[in-house]
Amino acid sequence: MDKRSNEPFFWMLFSAGGVVAAMLIPVHLFLFVVAFPLGWLDGPSYPSLLALLRYPFARLYLFVLCSLPLFHWAHRFRYTLYDGLQIKHLNELINTFCYGGAILGTVLAAYLLWSIP
Amino acid sequence: MTEKIILEVTRYHPERDKEPGLQTYEVPLRKEWVVLDALNYVKDKVDGSLSFRWSCRMGICGSCGMMVNGEPKLTCATFLADYAPGPVRVEPMKNFPILRDLIVEVSDFLVKLGKAKPWLIREEERPLTQGEFLQTPAQLDTFKQFSMCINCLLCYAACPVYGLDPLFSGPAAIALAQRYNADSRDQGAQERLDILSHSDGIWACTFVGECTEVCPKDVDPAGAIQQYKLTAAKEWMKSFLMPWGRR
Amino acid sequence: MPSSTEYSPRTFRKRVSTYWWLHRWPYLRFILRELSSVFVAWFVVIALLQIKALKNGPTAYTEFQEWLRSPTLIAVNVAALLFVVFHATTWFNLTPKAMPLRVRGKRIPSLLIVAPSYFVWLAISAAVAWILLRG
Repeated sequence: MDKRSNEPFFWMLFSAGGVVAAMLIPVHLFLFVVAFPLGWLDGPSYPSLLALLRYPFARLYLFVLCSLPLFHWAHRFRYTLYDGLQIKHLNELINTFCYGGAILGTVLAAYLLWSIP
Repeated sequence: MTEKIILEVTRYHPERDKEPGLQTYEVPLRKEWVVLDALNYVKDKVDGSLSFRWSCRMGICGSCGMMVNGEPKLTCATFLADYAPGPVRVEPMKNFPILRDLIVEVSDFLVKLGKAKPWLIREEERPLTQGEFLQTPAQLDTFKQFSMCINCLLCYAACPVYGLDPLFSGPAAIALAQRYNADSRDQGAQERLDILSHSDGIWACTFVGECTEVCPKDVDPAGAIQQYKLTAAKEWMKSFLMPWGRR
Repeated sequence: MPSSTEYSPRTFRKRVSTYWWLHRWPYLRFILRELSSVFVAWFVVIALLQIKALKNGPTAYTEFQEWLRSPTLIAVNVAALLFVVFHATTWFNLTPKAMPLRVRGKRIPSLLIVAPSYFVWLAISAAVAWILLRG
């Protein structure tokens, strides 16, 4: 009897990332990269953003916001490459690129959020 | 003067042809005819060598699945008049090797269906003296939809992942596994998970959803697969957090 | 090419085209939905760049904001916003499929599971917007 695969773990990360991405990213994207730059709404100033970041909860929130969606992307993009470009035989390379990228982004996010004064 | 419609039908004779080609036939366009009637007209009156599978002609045996204008359909349930003025292209189901004309080789599905163990698995057989299993309507409701599958394989013809990944179990096999997992009389969920919870078994599914769209019996295999993924995930958590004692 | 024998005919297997996803609209819609994940990852890139700019001081942050205003970025980000909203709507509409919930034996219709997701989405978005807009 073959051992069961560890796919469920990655699928659960993908699902969690999908929920975070669905609930939070639209409003963040709309405000920070559309409404504020185009001047539709007044964004928070530099000092007030730093003030918000002083709360540890804000840093935790941003960490989750940056990490889980990356794992969502990793899993989904991996299968898009398998099926869309039919390169499943390169699966070792693809998995390293996708999940490795997500881990890299997570580490980067942790480092940046930790090192803000 | 009856109206006519053109049929473009795949012909493939393995001993003669290198690859399949289309042959045109003109058939009467009768308003109550289905595509299967047109094919039988061709076989009876025009070209007796045309080969195709069919049986009940009423949508319950699952034999007559083919691609009609690129969509997987039961030819006994697809009205010819809906395609007027035509032409109507009839091809064998996609994602299966073509055996001859409109007939495909389905043994891959049969192997995968066997892996799903679509029967009631009991730890110990219940003796006859104990009588029949009792089920409430609610218990029946958890799996009844998935039991409606007629193995017509339209879902396999619609599933792009099945076409791309030869190891993927496919919609119907997984839906039937879920049908038994959800059955209160069954105790074989662990056994099925051992076989199906592989990256090729169920995890290759990316929820395209086309299988549910084409299913003629509203089985909703896509829903069954997602339910199965959730079950497999819960089982994984349990074995990860409590690795001792697997049933 | 092996010739066919009476009991093992030479079946024909068509190779799947690289452009299979263009052949039917449902397949194209599926691939677009999957590609939305690229824009999700793009958002994380922007977010990390923003945090880095915040860390490096007010000048860096102003430069970052200027960069966001360039026409290319605006175009890319409007597309990103559309794709991320597409991800959200398809995600909420599909979640009930995995979790058929039952109350007293009757299955809850999908709409009753989908609608709360949208309410929560709206509530959370409003909360985030309020925190960021009150300055």
